[in-house]
Amino acid sequence: MSKKRTTEIEQITQDDIEDLAFGCALLGTGGGGSVGGAILEVKNAIKKFGPVSVVQLEDVAADGLVMPTCGIGAPTVSFEMLNNGGEAHLLRQEVERVFNKPVVAIMASEIGGSNGVEPVMWASRLGLPIVDADTMGRAFPEVQMGSFFVRGLPLTPIILVDFQGNSITIAPTSGESAESESRAFTIASGGVALMADYINPAARMIGNVIVGSISNAIEIGRAVRGTQEPIRRLTDLLGAHALITGKISEIERHTHGGFVRGSVTISGTGIDSGRQVRIDIQNENLVAKENGRILASVPDLISVLDTQTGTAIATEEMKYAMRVTAMAWPCDPLWRTERALQTVGPRAFGYDIDYVPIEDSQR
Amino acid sequence: MSLDLRVGMDVGGTNTDAVVLDENNRILARTKQATTSDVRSGMQNALTYVIDALGTDAQRIGRVMLGTTHATNAILERRSLGRVAAIRLGAPASLSLEPMESWPDDLREAVCVDACILEGGHYVDGRRISPLDEDGIRNFLSSVANKVDAIAITSIFSPTSPQDEERARKIVSEVLGSNMAVTLSHEIGSLGLLERENATILNAALFGVIGQVITATQDVITGAGLVVEMLLAQNDGTLMALDFARRFPILTIGSGPANSLRGAAFLTGLTNSIVVDVGGTSTDFGVLINGYPRESAAAVEIGGVRTNFRMPDLLSIAIGGGTIVSGTASQPVVGPQSVGYRLTTDALIYGGVTPTLTDALVAEGRLQLGSHTVPQGEKEKLKSALHSATESIADAIDRVTVGNALLPLIAVGGGSLLIPPDIAGVSHVLHPENGDIANAIGAAIAWVSGHWEGVVAHGDEFNDAVTNGRSIACRRAIEAGADPQLVEVVDQTETPLSYLSSPTVRLVIKAAGPLSNL
Repeated sequence: MSKKRTTEIEQITQDDIEDLAFGCALLGTGGGGSVGGAILEVKNAIKKFGPVSVVQLEDVAADGLVMPTCGIGAPTVSFEMLNNGGEAHLLRQEVERVFNKPVVAIMASEIGGSNGVEPVMWASRLGLPIVDADTMGRAFPEVQMGSFFVRGLPLTPIILVDFQGNSITIAPTSGESAESESRAFTIASGGVALMADYINPAARMIGNVIVGSISNAIEIGRAVRGTQEPIRRLTDLLGAHALITGKISEIERHTHGGFVRGSVTISGTGIDSGRQVRIDIQNENLVAKENGRILASVPDLISVLDTQTGTAIATEEMKYAMRVTAMAWPCDPLWRTERALQTVGPRAFGYDIDYVPIEDSQR
Repeated sequence: MSLDLRVGMDVGGTNTDAVVLDENNRILARTKQATTSDVRSGMQNALTYVIDALGTDAQRIGRVMLGTTHATNAILERRSLGRVAAIRLGAPASLSLEPMESWPDDLREAVCVDACILEGGHYVDGRRISPLDEDGIRNFLSSVANKVDAIAITSIFSPTSPQDEERARKIVSEVLGSNMAVTLSHEIGSLGLLERENATILNAALFGVIGQVITATQDVITGAGLVVEMLLAQNDGTLMALDFARRFPILTIGSGPANSLRGAAFLTGLTNSIVVDVGGTSTDFGVLINGYPRESAAAVEIGGVRTNFRMPDLLSIAIGGGTIVSGTASQPVVGPQSVGYRLTTDALIYGGVTPTLTDALVAEGRLQLGSHTVPQGEKEKLKSALHSATESIADAIDRVTVGNALLPLIAVGGGSLLIPPDIAGVSHVLHPENGDIANAIGAAIAWVSGHWEGVVAHGDEFNDAVTNGRSIACRRAIEAGADPQLVEVVDQTETPLSYLSSPTVRLVIKAAGPLSNL
């Protein structure tokens, strides 16, 4: 079990953004998009529009709408075609029009990677609080890989907007259709869009989210960033297991259909000399193996970190000879039910293996 | 009389080096002088020295090639920078972050007159984001007239669709006259709006600096009684003509290390190897691929600003000949402080009291230098410090190595003896003669280059696009001074852009050739 948090963040200021981004990168387990680009936009928004209140679902009006928000599309495009800034205003306006109810808070759909950082910018610009929760507790590549799907909350209607002021409301019949319909809008919008799905009243969401995601990410950054012993601090804070410390000795990686697939091999150094751990990648780090034995697997979190700084290394940034530590820690208990594992367990990603909780494999 | 001699000169932070080569690249004269605070007298000392050494042959000098850190220093010290107005085209996209908003305050104040984001620009697939706001550009330009030295123009997706930047340049010359300096972002950097825009604005701010460098160098040259052509070294290890350098001063940033790499290649005849340049304070590691420096794929920060223009891929560690050793024999502390230019007064072998890595080399018998012997009591500590420094060097070598195949290592620079012949991770180590002035040699032997870059879809038009790109790259090299008969494409890189729905690549073509005869 992950350890209980000692602090609850109540407000996010400019000074918290680097910590938040550090934590989101770690929770991105190699994916979720680079947090670097989002940092500037979020800091700038807070400078202009003020800090963001962090609330629990129980604290907002029970029948008020919470707007789970995420960016969708190609990261490379988003580094070139930056946000207008007004996207979230349009998104909120459309949500309120369609549901005929006020939006009372924003929530990050996905805490891992840039999608954990950007909602803070939208919250600041809208003057809305952000809920201290998300639907993944990490990053996952597909829309249905969220707690609301597993718990059967209504997905539709989904609303998407772009920087031009285009918006669309769709009511797809399945998760697959949701994916392809929203992708079509995103392509028409030039490759990036802002999306809200599983828009529900706050009361309906209670018990169906991963609680404390924002506090958790910021706390990771505060505890680890710039310290001397980042790895030990992370294992203490997250109840994580260091799988191996060494250097990247082999990378096999190819990009297809917007997804990065492949594997990275870490050869142990120091006390891990002679060991070799291989991590399979599909956007995120999914399965860690040593001599064919499973050390850790999705949905537990596997991150590859710079051994010296503790900074998470995204799958596309991994390079030969980098000095890294691979680390794994338990996912939220919500993911460990049979139904959840059908959606996010190893088999959902095409691996013919059973999920073994990290606590058991490391016993 | 033939003008068959070339002077390569490198103005570094510590030393100004000069070397004279003949047409067979034989070294006729060389010197290493201290860089002076006014820079000019350092160049003067170096040039006077080699001219005196040549005697009457000095009249045969036809070209001077200069590598310089002026541009880097101007940005780092916020000195002599031009006043720039920045135009970004692409609204309503990108309004969330204005140009230079993320810059350090003092740099923005030194550079920025005003900035605007106007309608224009393109999507990734070439569709327009919005019609180009020509009136908006005119109004903005009128508002900054008489206040600016240069205009920087950045349009969204201009590396793929440069037409709005080209049109905006025409409007600048209509409104502010054809003498107004302009930088277009697609000529500077690749995808990544803020990084490319930053590099574009910095380039525009450096027009004055590069002008001063050129004038000062020409004064020094004329003062020495020479009438020669001058070229500037750029950061890919090639040369550019002065009119090109005046348009792209930012390309001089990083030219010093690039010259060292090229000089190392020349001195050894190797084209694929690791090069280590050991200075007094730090050591740079780079990689030669087909005779040229490997380029960095990551964003490069200059003066607190993220940019994405091409730079040599370097790894620097804080270890050099002057690095201070402290701690104990069982736990030596190596650097990061260095005695720098005070080596000849502070180091133990010169009677000083500060143990350095140079002292360690002497104590170990790997170097004979100095006027004093190393005290017996320091020897154990120096020995283990040297061991620790060697481990750091081996670690850095491993980091710059791309695969498992062992490459040779070329050690250059004043402190190159810090690299032992049996260092791990390489096939063998070379310490070429004259390696201490590899950077000046690299400038003197460099070819002249031009390059082209664009996004091309696979399909019927792909081959036409490649042919077109190759001829543009060659033409740019010839414009920069290359011999039209000998210019050739030296590099062609295709990077797949997987996020596009149709298969598309980013194509970068570089052409280079030796200088045409005078």
